[in-house]
Amino acid sequence: MQRLTETAAPFLELNGISKTYPGVVALDGVSLSVSRGEIVGLIGENGAGKSTLMKVLGGVVEPTAGTIRVDGRDYPALSVNDAINSGIAFVHQELNLFDNLDAAANILIGREPLYGGPLRLIDRKALHAKVQPLLDKLGVDFAPDTPVAALSLAQRQLLEIAKALSLDARLVIMDEPTSSLTLTETARLLSVLNELRRDGVSIIFISHRLNEVKTCVDRVVVLRDGRVVGSLVGQTIKPDAMIRLMIGRDLKSLYIPPKVPPGAPALEISDFRTTAFPDHPVSLTLRRGEILGLAGLVGAGRTELACAVFGVDRRLAGTLRIEGDDVTIREPRDAITRGLYLVPEDRKRCGLHLDFSLTENISLPDLMTYAVGPLVSAAAEEKNAETQRHRLNIRAYDIATEAGTLSGGNQQKIVLAKWLSMKPRIIIFDEPTRGIDVGAKSEIYQLMRNLADAGVAVLMISSDMEEVIGVSDRMAVMQEGRISGFLERDRFSEHNVLQLAVGKTLN
Amino acid sequence: MLKKDLGLFLLILVVGAVVAFLNPRFLSPLNLANTANLIGLFGLFSLGEGFVIITGGIDLSVGSIFALLGVIFINLLVDYSMPWPIAVLIIVIAGILLGAIHGFLVTKVRMQPFVVTLCGLLIYRGVARWYTDDGTAGFEFGQKFPALELLTTGRSFATDTFTGIPNSFIAFVVVAAIMGVVLHRSVFGRYLFAVGKNEEAARYSGIRSNAIIAAAYVISGGLAGISAIYLAMYTRSISPASHGNFYELYAIAAAVLGGCSLRGGEGSVMGIVLGAILLQVLQNLVNLLGIPSSLNFAVMGGVILIGVIADMQLVRYRAYKANEKKRAGVPVLGAAAPGKN
Repeated sequence: MQRLTETAAPFLELNGISKTYPGVVALDGVSLSVSRGEIVGLIGENGAGKSTLMKVLGGVVEPTAGTIRVDGRDYPALSVNDAINSGIAFVHQELNLFDNLDAAANILIGREPLYGGPLRLIDRKALHAKVQPLLDKLGVDFAPDTPVAALSLAQRQLLEIAKALSLDARLVIMDEPTSSLTLTETARLLSVLNELRRDGVSIIFISHRLNEVKTCVDRVVVLRDGRVVGSLVGQTIKPDAMIRLMIGRDLKSLYIPPKVPPGAPALEISDFRTTAFPDHPVSLTLRRGEILGLAGLVGAGRTELACAVFGVDRRLAGTLRIEGDDVTIREPRDAITRGLYLVPEDRKRCGLHLDFSLTENISLPDLMTYAVGPLVSAAAEEKNAETQRHRLNIRAYDIATEAGTLSGGNQQKIVLAKWLSMKPRIIIFDEPTRGIDVGAKSEIYQLMRNLADAGVAVLMISSDMEEVIGVSDRMAVMQEGRISGFLERDRFSEHNVLQLAVGKTLN
Repeated sequence: MLKKDLGLFLLILVVGAVVAFLNPRFLSPLNLANTANLIGLFGLFSLGEGFVIITGGIDLSVGSIFALLGVIFINLLVDYSMPWPIAVLIIVIAGILLGAIHGFLVTKVRMQPFVVTLCGLLIYRGVARWYTDDGTAGFEFGQKFPALELLTTGRSFATDTFTGIPNSFIAFVVVAAIMGVVLHRSVFGRYLFAVGKNEEAARYSGIRSNAIIAAAYVISGGLAGISAIYLAMYTRSISPASHGNFYELYAIAAAVLGGCSLRGGEGSVMGIVLGAILLQVLQNLVNLLGIPSSLNFAVMGGVILIGVIADMQLVRYRAYKANEKKRAGVPVLGAAAPGKN
């Protein structure tokens, strides 16, 4: 076969790929080559540019500079079709499967074998016959007609890989494929990777699990701040070496020192178990007047913890104490009446009503306060909205402006205005500055500090290393649903946070 | 929202003017009073339907509720010789209970509103027919309830030259005014919009969305109970196989014409009122212009279709205009940076 004879040139060559957005450099001259039958590990912190790079390869994002050479052909930018036709396939972190269809139908979706004729009926027998060899190759233990809903996560990952193979994939890009797998499932997946390599398929393996990366890849490429900062081959691939490469940028000092030392415990979380990680109880104490950073990699279970504490999600077990009193929180209203507020991660879906005005958004959680009897007093709610608009410097034409027309930073300020109107005791910020411009960011940091100085307990979930190190007084790091360690300010460093975030203990 | 209502109001005026021009009888006091009566009868329960639609749900059961509660109402008055105020109270409470059941099934059992109220539509109709052995329930000859009749089918402000305003219409206006305050001025009304628009964000703001949604079904059920009495007094006899058939569709049509989005979160009482008026004017148009009455539904459907399409075009045009204004140099405030990864 031709494929085996022309092994000399690499299958994929990226040359000086850059991608800039207004104000942000996502990729800065990235060069990367992947040979046929090579497994390349791609690692980097949250925000290092991995996702953007993958989007470039998938044809979703057009690079601002650089060239892409796939299988000997040069492209200034790939289109989605280019990517598919040249054999680049993705196995996504959040699986893209139709769980109402069976395994075979998923693999050949859009390419079903048909009986001839105008009705375009699907030939189910041929469908299953076509899929069986692919499944055999991967050594899976389910039949082509198994409904996807009945498959385990690992089986679904394998199904995604089978789908990639059915497209005659020659480069499979896997984004955190093992994050939801058990140990034996992971081992199985890794052995499949080895078989693919033997067939000459190239693989880019993105993972935060450095031990897995170590065992399965030929080479590791490390991204940081949109740049390739190094690569490791063979024996030099060790978790310590990888961490050393991932960190090491200059962090701007964002720290605003507190005016008062932290006070008594405001929120005590004991043995909390969430549905996302039912086996890992979490305990955490948050004191008045402090900003406690909750660091960790994306998917470490921090948002799930916050949602369970706030009462949006069900908790499986665990108790809460607020300022020394045992409390039961069944729904957000219970948390709100006790002065425990959440600024959610997904502000468009959970934080705001996009086509409500500033006024309507700000007064929503506390509408009774602005009501005379059962009726809302427009004057009262508008007065407060106006006050909050000035206090938080929300840049909108007036308080009747719809929230959805504003920029991310101003939208976030509206979410904050909701809670600041009603005397917070504890506020949980979940990714408070995601997608927000630099100016609004520093305003929000100052605001968090002012709150803390006024005696409010602040819990800040952040995946942004610079932010979590720069803003927190103290830090808890989560890894796969459990707290892997606490850090005081004198031990804050990217190295320490990352060590804990990937599940290694500090020495 | 005001602009939308204004457009509908103008449409009613135009249709009215055309009909009046083609057949002057349209403006005769008798015809106006009859039309007002029908507007009142159909408008009452359209308001409740509108509330349910604003939560993102739908209530298909109202027509069958009229049949079931109607035959029970007549039964209570005729066979049990119950004093009418007590019978009225029982019927309204029964409507509220049915609404509460719908609300419970939608919020707690998490069934889809369409399915819940479709089952209601079938069940209540069936029970009503069984209740009377598929016979017609009616008042006995000469049986009179002067006070009740005055409230439901009577007229007010009648003089020698003026036929008077139907009390059903007055009741509709009063209920609409109350509902308007509830929807547009009260805490509950704000919550209703918040839940209909984005239930998730409403929950994060501490709103008990289940209670709000259930309350909308209760209101719809209660108004259906009141309407059942008005309709029973209007027809004075009820054949449960046909009484109130398709009436839920009039309510949905009025709400949609009035600007309620079936996706939830949008609508106004003024819009629903105007929608209900337009539907009855169209009915009247079919009668007065000698259009075969079999075409009744076709005319209604055609007008709704054209109305909604025109409204969508208008919204699109306005968005386009607003965009142009933005491009023409109104400063863009605090441009957002794209999110990392």
